[in-house]
Amino acid sequence: MSHLAVSKTYKLFIAGAFPRSESGRTYQARDKKGDFMANAALASRKDLRDAVVAARKGYGAWSKATAYNRGQVIYRIAEMLEGRRSEFVELIMISTGASTNDSAAEVDAAIDRLVHYAGWTDKLAAVMGSANPVSSPYFSYSAPEPTGVVGIVAPSGSPLLGLISVIAPVIAGGNACVVIAADADPCVAITFAEVVATSDVPAGVINILTGRIPELAPHLAAHADVNALDLTGADAELRESLGQAAAETVKRVYVPRGVPDFIATPGTARLRAFLEIKTVWHPTGALSLSGGTS
Amino acid sequence: MDWEYSAAPESSAIADIKDRYMPFIDGAFKEGGGEDRDTLNPGTGERLSTVSTVNSSDIDRAVKAARRAYENVWSNIPRTERGKYLFRIARAIAERSRELAVVETLDNGKPIKETRDFDVPATAQHFFYHAGWADKLQHLGMGPAPQPLGVAGQVIPWNFPLLMAAWKIAPALAAGNTVVIKPAETTPLSILVLAEIIADADLPPGVVNIVTGAGDVGSMLINHAGIDKVAFTGSTAVGRRIQRELAGTGRKITLELGGKGANIIFEDAAQDQAVEGIINGIFFNQGQVCCAGSRLLVQESIADDFIERLKQRVETLRVGDPMDKNTDVGAINSEAQLGRITALMNAGIAEGAELWSSSCPLPKNGYYLSPSIFTSATPSMRIAREEIFGPVLTTMTFRTPDEAVLKANNSPYGLSAGVWTEKGSRAMGMAAALRAGVIWDNTFNRFDPAASFGGYKESGFGREGGPSGLAAYLDTDDEAVAR
Repeated sequence: MSHLAVSKTYKLFIAGAFPRSESGRTYQARDKKGDFMANAALASRKDLRDAVVAARKGYGAWSKATAYNRGQVIYRIAEMLEGRRSEFVELIMISTGASTNDSAAEVDAAIDRLVHYAGWTDKLAAVMGSANPVSSPYFSYSAPEPTGVVGIVAPSGSPLLGLISVIAPVIAGGNACVVIAADADPCVAITFAEVVATSDVPAGVINILTGRIPELAPHLAAHADVNALDLTGADAELRESLGQAAAETVKRVYVPRGVPDFIATPGTARLRAFLEIKTVWHPTGALSLSGGTS
Repeated sequence: MDWEYSAAPESSAIADIKDRYMPFIDGAFKEGGGEDRDTLNPGTGERLSTVSTVNSSDIDRAVKAARRAYENVWSNIPRTERGKYLFRIARAIAERSRELAVVETLDNGKPIKETRDFDVPATAQHFFYHAGWADKLQHLGMGPAPQPLGVAGQVIPWNFPLLMAAWKIAPALAAGNTVVIKPAETTPLSILVLAEIIADADLPPGVVNIVTGAGDVGSMLINHAGIDKVAFTGSTAVGRRIQRELAGTGRKITLELGGKGANIIFEDAAQDQAVEGIINGIFFNQGQVCCAGSRLLVQESIADDFIERLKQRVETLRVGDPMDKNTDVGAINSEAQLGRITALMNAGIAEGAELWSSSCPLPKNGYYLSPSIFTSATPSMRIAREEIFGPVLTTMTFRTPDEAVLKANNSPYGLSAGVWTEKGSRAMGMAAALRAGVIWDNTFNRFDPAASFGGYKESGFGREGGPSGLAAYLDTDDEAVAR
């Protein structure tokens, strides 16, 4: 007797758990050929607001973690992804119609991308900070800190590499995020959420919603407890209206200038976009100006 | 003891104020097409001079001149030469420093000792610092040859008219951009004296253009199609509007907006020093400072005695003629600003906070306000949440360090914060926990061109000063593009 496959229920990823949409809504994810793949959760405004609350909590834990620890956790995501490599290769092939080679290349690049950012966490302050030679008796330094909660509209196209390329720099900087996955690829996004859930990432640091970008993104852009937006996956028209909504609470907004080449080695623009430079002044007394000599 | 001071006025003749000033476009001072505006001396309320303002075709001319200068000269000349122009300007500012200080005090109303000892020297230093960057951009960590953005449209406020001009112009030019800049309508004079210095330095025409006028001129400027970069310092309300208007344009923006800085006093603080720091934090420049320490948080165990000590010291501040070298607190910049401050003070009284004001005598003419302190304030009151932008301190108390952090961070703003404690680990721990762009431990209102300045949250984004301030004027988008 043949085995009847147990197919997966794809749900949302909020606060480290996998709830259904509170709205009870779903939509049908279809593969490249147009055949039914799975029912995906169609997230609502309420789900999005829950995800922002979770992200704020996650931010508290994540931003206080040591840079070394954050690096280890991001590396752990890479390890978990490597372990499920063949599952993702197959899933991407079905979802996008990519060849085995192309699909495998995407998964490998995604794993390497995580490793790349895992190594950034404990270098950001050295590379982007400075000791400031001020002309008064103070010790002054500037160092990057996370911006806070980042709303991400994930790109479509390469469902895994694109998703990881937008999430990894955000969390490497110590931020938490609420990601609206690309409409077409909910299965890849939520399967990646399973990887995250088993990688020691504190609950709420990464939250992933599936559904309709035009429905959800305006609520993300207008949410007062979201500090920044990455609009990589939004089209030009949406970018303008989301940017306008973001202005109400002076959110930082990252918009790539073209369609990003995620295969290429990343620069630092995505890291910088979600970091704040803090300058601290501390008195040293007149001794510092005499160089310690009398 | 009775302290009597003789008058010690600086001579206003040193400013050599002209009867009429004109915008500076494409290297020349020419009449603008807009309506004339009088600029007043806030210290007396009398007319100081008249300024010709620009219209939309003047702005167009200025942006085109800036574009020509960018393409034909400024982005092409050797970077060392670019730097030398800026060094030249820094030197000339120092040479004309006494004149600039008097012009600034007459036009703005701030005490001469502040313009003389802070605004003008800091302006010269800002040009000197950035001059040195011009041929060292490859060392910023932004790639081997960071590129400028093009023409920058800049709008600056009236609280530090000359210094803000330097904060905007110096990094823009050092990075290779050209600028069109608009000063505030109540303080246009010092930047137009700076324009003379720029012209005397033989800076190529069009590299710096100064357009005069009110908010409508600023709005036309930042929305002009020929602008590649926008930098604005001013209110959060206007900053929001600018961000909204420029959404979707891809234009790089720096916003330096409002603040409601927390100044936190722990029971182990050196109290006399803390008192001086609080006074500097809120009464420097009449409190018209975006990063002012306008929310005082005092640990409950010392609060009553400490506030009393603070009031005694505030009582000795000399308020009055900005031109007097002994004046500590000068004039509010305009009648309109004085009105906004008193409106918020009235809201504080209406909401139940207790108002104390110094009994110092105020001059009859001009725009003055006694240094004031609100006690019994609660975090939900308007005086605890909104930027008053005047010499008005709102005080609250806390019990534990955690409560201090919670209260300090409970604000949509995040520009500055101060911490007063003799315990080093607490100072550094607080500095890390406070969500603000600038943290002062056991000091307040320190600025340096080498130290970046700017806000978290609704206090804006982008930095000014230091390497990150320079990056705001460079193309730092290094993400590879597929198509």
